Amino acid sequence: MNFKIPVVAAISALTLMTGAAWSKDSVIYATSLEPPHLDPTAGAAQAIDAVVHFNIFEGLTRFTPEGAVVPLLAKSWDISADGLTYTFTLQDGVTFHDGSTFDAEDVKFSLDRARADDSTNAQKALFSAISDVSVAGPQTVVVTLTEPNGNLLFNLAWGDAVIVAPETAATLKTAPTGTGPYRFAEWVQGDRVEMTRNPDYWGAAPALSAATIKFISDPTAAFAAMMAEDIDAFDNFPAPENVVQFEADPRFQVLVGSTEGETILSTNNAQPPFDNPKVREALAHAIDRQAIIDGAMFGYGTPIGTHFAPHNPAYVDLTGHSDFDPDKARALLAEAGMANGFTTTLHLPPPSYARRGGEIIAAQLAQVGITAEIINVEWAQWLETVFKGKTYGLTIVSHTEPMDIGIYARPGYYFQYDNPDLQGLMNRLNATTDPDKRTEMLQDAQRVIADDYVNGYLFQLAKIGIAKADLQGLWVNAPTAAIEIGALSWAE
Amino acid sequence: MLHYLTRRLLSLLLSLAIASMVIFAVIEVAPGDPASFMLGTGAQEDTVAALRHELGLDQGKVSRYLTWVSGMLTGDFGTSYTYRTPVAKMVGERLWVSLPLAIYALILSTLIALPAGVYAASRRGKAGDMAVMGATQFGMAVPNFWFAMLLVLVFAINLRWFSAGGFVGWDKGIWAGLHALTLPAIALALPQAAILARVMRSSLLEVLGEDFMRSARAKGLTQGQAIRRHGVRNALIPVLTIIGLQFSFLLAGAIIIEQVFYLPGLGRLVFQAISARDLIVVESVVMLLVFAVILVNFIVDLTYAVVDPRLRRAA
Amino acid sequence: MNRSLILGGALSAIMLFLAISSFVWTPYDHTLMDIPNKLQPPNAVHWLGTDHFGRDILSMIMVGARTSLAVALLAVGIGMGLGVPLGLAAAATRGSWLDELIMRGNDLVFAFPSLVIAILITAVFGPGAANAIVAIGIFNIPVFARVARGGSLSLWAREFILAARVAGKTRARISAEHILPNIANLLIVQGTIQFSLGILAEAGLSYVGLGAQPPTPSWGRMLAEAQTMVSLAPHLAIVPGLAIIVTVVGLNLLGDGLRDRFDPRLLEGRS
Repeated sequence: MNFKIPVVAAISALTLMTGAAWSKDSVIYATSLEPPHLDPTAGAAQAIDAVVHFNIFEGLTRFTPEGAVVPLLAKSWDISADGLTYTFTLQDGVTFHDGSTFDAEDVKFSLDRARADDSTNAQKALFSAISDVSVAGPQTVVVTLTEPNGNLLFNLAWGDAVIVAPETAATLKTAPTGTGPYRFAEWVQGDRVEMTRNPDYWGAAPALSAATIKFISDPTAAFAAMMAEDIDAFDNFPAPENVVQFEADPRFQVLVGSTEGETILSTNNAQPPFDNPKVREALAHAIDRQAIIDGAMFGYGTPIGTHFAPHNPAYVDLTGHSDFDPDKARALLAEAGMANGFTTTLHLPPPSYARRGGEIIAAQLAQVGITAEIINVEWAQWLETVFKGKTYGLTIVSHTEPMDIGIYARPGYYFQYDNPDLQGLMNRLNATTDPDKRTEMLQDAQRVIADDYVNGYLFQLAKIGIAKADLQGLWVNAPTAAIEIGALSWAE
Repeated sequence: MLHYLTRRLLSLLLSLAIASMVIFAVIEVAPGDPASFMLGTGAQEDTVAALRHELGLDQGKVSRYLTWVSGMLTGDFGTSYTYRTPVAKMVGERLWVSLPLAIYALILSTLIALPAGVYAASRRGKAGDMAVMGATQFGMAVPNFWFAMLLVLVFAINLRWFSAGGFVGWDKGIWAGLHALTLPAIALALPQAAILARVMRSSLLEVLGEDFMRSARAKGLTQGQAIRRHGVRNALIPVLTIIGLQFSFLLAGAIIIEQVFYLPGLGRLVFQAISARDLIVVESVVMLLVFAVILVNFIVDLTYAVVDPRLRRAA
Repeated sequence: MNRSLILGGALSAIMLFLAISSFVWTPYDHTLMDIPNKLQPPNAVHWLGTDHFGRDILSMIMVGARTSLAVALLAVGIGMGLGVPLGLAAAATRGSWLDELIMRGNDLVFAFPSLVIAILITAVFGPGAANAIVAIGIFNIPVFARVARGGSLSLWAREFILAARVAGKTRARISAEHILPNIANLLIVQGTIQFSLGILAEAGLSYVGLGAQPPTPSWGRMLAEAQTMVSLAPHLAIVPGLAIIVTVVGLNLLGDGLRDRFDPRLLEGRS
């Protein structure tokens, strides 16, 4: 038996060496969540966008790493004076991965498919302003709106708005076919998606010839895989406690940026006692944000006092409005007739910001006499009981959609916050295209929800990217969930 | 014998039928709608309804149960709600991780346990026996996931001899595959080895007390020779039974270890599927695990019946 | 007096003492967070250090002992309470349809690994200590039924049972009055073994998030939470791990000791 051991060692050494040589022209990029399927136009999962958006699929517009909206498959556009008609001019010489040509018909097909009655697009609301899409030439598409919508170009940059071909639309879930710089190669479910460079790409050829996106949701496995250099980069590292070790290690670089995720203590505004604004105000003062950021996120995260991203120019810092003041919280509870506190439920979905943050919040609420019974749930149960059923008291969720303050204008949303003033404000905002006026209205909206203490506003989720020191072109911030492989290269 | 076989076979089929009903019923009452999960928070009601129809979730429970069971009989486990690929194919891929892992762990535990058990038995009451028995006490008490955590810390993070988790795939070569399964197999094998060593020791001690061993000694063989030539072989029968039972246990017991090492095996599949409410996958995998256990028990029973005809009437 | 019994009894008693004393006294409130002082190694103020929220680990281990022991004990209770009567009934009606039904039912339940039962129960009712108790308890039922049946079968052929039957006692009464006392030793030994397996199972279930929920401390969940911090603060993993090992070794030795004391040849080949 003994003679076999050196052979094993030799072979594993060999695989290690070939692995290292091979990785210089390719990348193994890890992310926490595996997508359920690979069609970004038929599922809400951000994980789908992370893998395929900008790599396999492209839309008319795109986000830059800084969050600005710029042309992609649409070379340019004209907007009519009344803001109702958008005329897009498309890029020339674009082909899908199956060889078919990209033209205006594909754009019409994709947008009509997304907004159809039987559409399974998870963000159908993005397209609700569109009344008609027509082909005005092989490279020209005209989109007509029912009312002016300042968000259209922004909406078209979402992964849910990518352009697909009618020939392959039915099979995108398992065989994604788009116009992007990488072609889908293989999906080993539960483990990874592989893609290879598209030699016929219309734009600048990407530097790396192949990419593997690996799915590692377990924080321990993420740490171990990164430390063992099994992976080259981690998109959104799930264990902030380990960042200090990566920072101390010259083999790695740590990129801390911002996401669009407002992490909030969502409150059921329709359920007693939270229908009383005094109780919600008490809640806000009972919470020590910094302790949550330090305890749950090991210091990563920016405190917020309203539902808006701090890196957005229109952000207003309202954290002082709901500062940590347990005495005031107790006084407010007494005013509300609840001097002895009350008992409620705290539903916690799987991410560690929720599970750990929830434990800390429960301990903080206990200090002012509120008993929050922790209920750990999976996402499916969370959707059923909290989001759809609205049978909850409190929950912690990071709302990762960009610019989503509009959800406060939906009385049927799971916060059950019904304020006609805010609803009117949001309607006026949607019809406004002037940037200064929009900023002003957005700031008003932030103040309204902070004044009403709709939810407990905790912190903006940080994006913690970890990568090997010589990998370049990584996104620091996350205006979208996409991992853009085409931007990556290895330093010489 | 034929009568006994028919009866046991009928009872096997009945067990499987009841198990399938229990599994289906339990999973169907679990809260959480697969379609809502897949579409997320932005979805509109009509979109969810459209997806429910596409998945066949709007059909009655009885008809879905019958479809599922009749499909399984023909090897068609249905189509995963979330992944949209045949469940049979997914399970097949995962089996290529879980099954080799269970076999690897079984081989390791046998290779450790049998010599240890024989050694302990041959040194009965002496220091060597005490050492082995002490080690087995420890081995039986160590939670395998905790042991796995320590293995990762030492051999993957500090020494970097092994990958900390994940599976490279058999297409990268058999050695690369075995390399990736080594730490998980060790973690899984340790408690089993402890149990097996104890069984081996006590079984051998029992055999050593039998008449034929005494006559072997009387023929002039030394204690060691007697154990090697006659003892071990005769002591192996109960040990083999335990190994058989351990195999099905290892297949299911790997669920936690697969979590620690992030292996794409059956256990992880169950956890993923349950959190995504991919009900048909959960049902099929649980059914498969239960089927494996029932089948192994059936085979063990049959083996006994062949060895000991009295059991055919008694059981 | 044998050494296993003494050592096992002592270790078990220590853990039991820790668990019970936690009702009266712990060094700190086990839920008290002190985030600036998180991840401290063992020191004079916190004898076993602090966790990632700055909570006192010794206090958590003591209260966690309560959780572990209670879950395992109640699971043994369920297994005995349902399994023993079933086993007695099967033995009393040996060879009948009832015996067959019970034993086949046993095989069926036995075919569901406890983790799979726990996953199924949790999928319906959500996670919690009660569900862990039920899952491990269900797993214990066929174990006790088999032991009870196996132990009873030989007794039914004995003289004193025949005498009782001649005296006109029903099978149920004989089972309760004559069989049960005679298999009590067997059940106590098996109970100790299942108790120690229950501690391990509870740890495993809590580790994957299917056991006791926060803020109730449990050893398995402490390990799960420690996992990413092992390389920063090894005591987070080592302390709860040792607590589990000491408890399980203690109970196993106690089981061995009791077995040797009752009957040296009893259950020799247990697995």
